[in-house]
Parts: sequence; structure tokens; C-alpha cells
Amino acid sequence: MHRLNVVLTTTASDSHTWNLIYLELLLQEWGHAVTNLGPCMPPELLLRRCRELTPDLVVVSSVNGLGFGEARTLIPLLRDCPELAETPVVIGGKLGTGVEDEAAEAAELRAAGFDLVVNDSDGLGPFRDFVESMCLRVLR
Amino acid sequence: MTAGAGNAFGAYVARVARAGQLVVQPRMGFGRPEAMRAGLLAVRAASVTSVGTLTVDSFTRVGLHDAARRALDEGRALNGYPIVTHAPATNRAVLDGAVGPEFPVQVRHGSSRPQAIISALTLAGLDTTEGGPVSYCLPYGRTGLRESVRNWRESCELLTRVRQRGAEPHLETFGGCMMGQLCPPSLLVALSLLEALFFCQHGLRSVSLSYAQQTDTGQDEQAVRALRVLAGELLAGVEWHVVVYTYMGVYPRSRGGALLLLEEAVTLAVRTGAARVIVKTVSEAHRLPTIAENVEALEVASLAARTVERAADDADNEVLVEARGLVERVLDLREDVGEALIEAFTRGFLDVPYCLHPDNRRRSGSCIDIDGRLRWTSVGAMPIPKPAVMGRPHSLTADGLLTSLTYVQRKFDGLALASG
Repeated sequence: MHRLNVVLTTTASDSHTWNLIYLELLLQEWGHAVTNLGPCMPPELLLRRCRELTPDLVVVSSVNGLGFGEARTLIPLLRDCPELAETPVVIGGKLGTGVEDEAAEAAELRAAGFDLVVNDSDGLGPFRDFVESMCLRVLR
Repeated sequence: MTAGAGNAFGAYVARVARAGQLVVQPRMGFGRPEAMRAGLLAVRAASVTSVGTLTVDSFTRVGLHDAARRALDEGRALNGYPIVTHAPATNRAVLDGAVGPEFPVQVRHGSSRPQAIISALTLAGLDTTEGGPVSYCLPYGRTGLRESVRNWRESCELLTRVRQRGAEPHLETFGGCMMGQLCPPSLLVALSLLEALFFCQHGLRSVSLSYAQQTDTGQDEQAVRALRVLAGELLAGVEWHVVVYTYMGVYPRSRGGALLLLEEAVTLAVRTGAARVIVKTVSEAHRLPTIAENVEALEVASLAARTVERAADDADNEVLVEARGLVERVLDLREDVGEALIEAFTRGFLDVPYCLHPDNRRRSGSCIDIDGRLRWTSVGAMPIPKPAVMGRPHSLTADGLLTSLTYVQRKFDGLALASG
């Protein structure tokens, strides 16, 4: 399987760490190289780090319930940058506080430029499938 | 309430402790002023010996006050009270008639740059908050430790200005709660103490030292006793008490499991002579709690406290030995506790397992042993005796991490199921 360079990150207001540590271990077990940027990542700094690191994949994990809102301001920043316009970006976690229409919010985020939006109730399946299909794509 | 007398948080807890009772405290914050006020009044009206909590939202915590403003304007929910964004008059109206010496209120925030929050809370007539240069820096963000130490020094100075109006400020360490789970107790005790010493070096005369319930009651009791022994030795002339936090990690899903875990935290506090407990509610695993759920948790905790007796303090224990070694090694480095903390992390004498912060060496590791106690799998450069380290350091798998993170949840949901 091709080894991807993955940037693992979260939103500016999200101080949670365990989700990031779990995903770091998981992606490493799947054979990928992970740069874990840690909690509370401001979008401007994420943009700068991504331009330096030129990752194959950006994984955003947010569990504080504010993800839907913060992701909307994050993604245009990456997509407007020529080096990152085509880089796969996925987001997952607990993205809302439970009052949102999650399907509509997810669709909006995909339209705004995320390649995959998963909520914790989806389990690992969609994320694993996405990463595996990326590896196959890179192999071809 | 005498004008300007303030909260007298430390004196209130001491008074309750002298009467042989336990202070119970919720974790509570709402974005809208009416909701925040209703929450405080409901806790005040409950028939429990409690203090109030005003928790700020996560935008305010990281200084994104514009985002907090937008959320308020657009009617979107915040996960706490944006004390910097609401007008000072609004903050005072929220607290008017709610806070006082018979019901002190603590502001909880989680910020490594807390100056604006401290200014706002003192302007609102409050004088009690919590945190610390290490515990509100390393686990939660990317502020450098050196900058956080500077910010917290300024914050102590801002907070002690309430003495000009006759109030006595109170500051609680968050060091005993680092990472929420999987940090071995000796390091929690050492960090809680070092942060208390930092506060006192910067003018505080009334502090509390936190310790968060972990995976094993016996080990937790050793930890709280260790904290009290070391505080007794190192905080002479300071008004201090210990506050126990109900488990801060992945929480039981079932109502029964959640309540059992809360009762165990209360038992820990009473048996070890801690003066205050911060509760968790039955909705912890699912969503932010309602006011009613918070009041229920306070009532359950209060009731549980009455069924437990203070236990005899045991002599030296292994948590005390390790914690003392860590504290002494750090205090030997520099006269200034803030500088000593910075140097200790640089040299790895303090090293928090699983903490991703660039100023943490990340050479220590921990796990839950088969007996349920937290153990070191590696200690890096920390001055911890080798026998305390598990024979073979092993790196945790993602699955193993999840299993460890959910150990307490599974244990207490299982206990609840078994007891029907």
C-alpha cells in the first residue's frame, strides 16, 4: 500500500487531544506518515503548515460541536491556495451540537470543498474506505 | 453582602469544611445571559452546600471574541458564557443577587491567555477562577509555555487587584486534571502543587489544589493524601483546600453508571479530607447538561457525602514518594517557580504522557495495569524510580488506546448493569 503523507489537524476552538492521538496511531498502523499539528489550530497557521508540508491528505478532526461552523471558514482558505486546491481534505468527529440538520450541513461542507464529511455515528468505515481508495488512486 | 467584600470563596469552603461538610460544585455555562443567570439561581436555590460556576465558551477561551460576537448575533448556541463579549453591565446583571459570600461563584475558562477573562470577571465583581501556566497551556493549544507563564503571572497580578476593594482573590490549579485521563497520579499531584506555588509566588493567599479521579480508588486516595501532605509542607501561611474532580475522561453512558462514578468521586473526597467536589451529570457522555441535570448531580453528591466517613491517613505511599521527587527536582532548578517549570519541561524532568504540545518532550508513556491502576510505561528523564516503570515499554495501538480510554466507562456501565 502506498504511504501517504498526512497532515492531522483540528479547528481553531477545539482543544481536544485524544481524538488526534487516536487518529495518529490509526493512520500510522495503516502505514502512513502523520504530522499531528495538535489541538486549537488557527486556519491561517494550518494553511501555512500545509504549504510547507504539501501533504497527500489533510484530516480535520473536531469533537467540540462547533465543527460545522468553523469548517465553513477553513475550507475556502485551503481551496483558494493553488498548491492545495486539489489536495484531498476530510473532516470528521462530532461536528454539531445535535440541533443541526446534519445531512444538510455535511452536503454544504462537501459543496464548499471537503472531499469527505463523516460524523461519529458513521463509524470508521467511510474514512477507511476513503483512505484506501486514495492509496489505489496514487498507485495508478 | 457588604459592598466590595467579594466572594470570599476560600473562606466559604473553609467554613463548610469546619462544619464537617463537603462543598459540591457544577460545571455550567450558557451563552445567553438569561440562561446563565437561571443556572446560577437554580444551583443557589438547591438544598445543597454548593458554590456556583460560570464556565466561558470555547471561542472566548482561545481569544476568538469576534466569533463569540457573531454566534450571539446570529443566535447560534455557545458552549459557555462569553464573559468578555457581553457588556460589563450585562455580566453584573447576570450575577446581581445571585453571587455573594453565601454563594461564591468561580469562573472556569481553560485559557493560556486569560488576561481579558480575568479583567472581565473582576469588573463583574468576581474574584475567583482557576487554571495554571502548565495545565491551561500544554494540553489545549499552541501557546508556548514561556508565554503562558508570562500570561499567568500577569493574570495573578490582575486578580490580586480585587484586594483594593476589600476582596480576597482565590485561584484553583487545574494541574491535577492534566489530559483528563491516563496521566499517572504522581505527576498530577506534582503539577497541581507546582501551580499552587506559582500562584502564591505571584501574590495569591487563598488557593485550591485540584485532583481528578482516575482509574483506581486506592491509588486516587493515595494521590489526594499525597497532595494534602505536600500542600501542608509547602503552603505555610496560605489558605488552601483540595478539590476533587469527578472523572474527566470518557464517561459512562448509562444513568446508573454515571451516578455510581460520581458517588465514587464523592467517597474519594470525603475519605481523604478534600473539601470540595466538582460533579458530572448523567448526560456527560451524551451532550451538555441541562440545569436540572446539574442540580440532580449536586443532590446525589451531597447525599452520598453524608454516608461516608473520613478515613485515617496512611503514612508514606508510592504516589507521595514519586510526587515529592518530582516537586523537589523542579524546585531545585530555580527560585522562580515559573522559570523552574519552563526548565523542567525543557529538560524532560516533567513530561506529560500523550501531550502533543511542542514544549512537552513526549518521551513518557502510561497505561492501565491489569489491576486497574495507572502505571508508567516509560518516564523519559523524569526523576521517577525505575521500579515504578512497567518491565517492558510497549507502544499502544490505536485500538489499545481506545480500550484504555474507555476503561472507566465500561467498568461503571458494567457495574450499573450488574446491580440492575
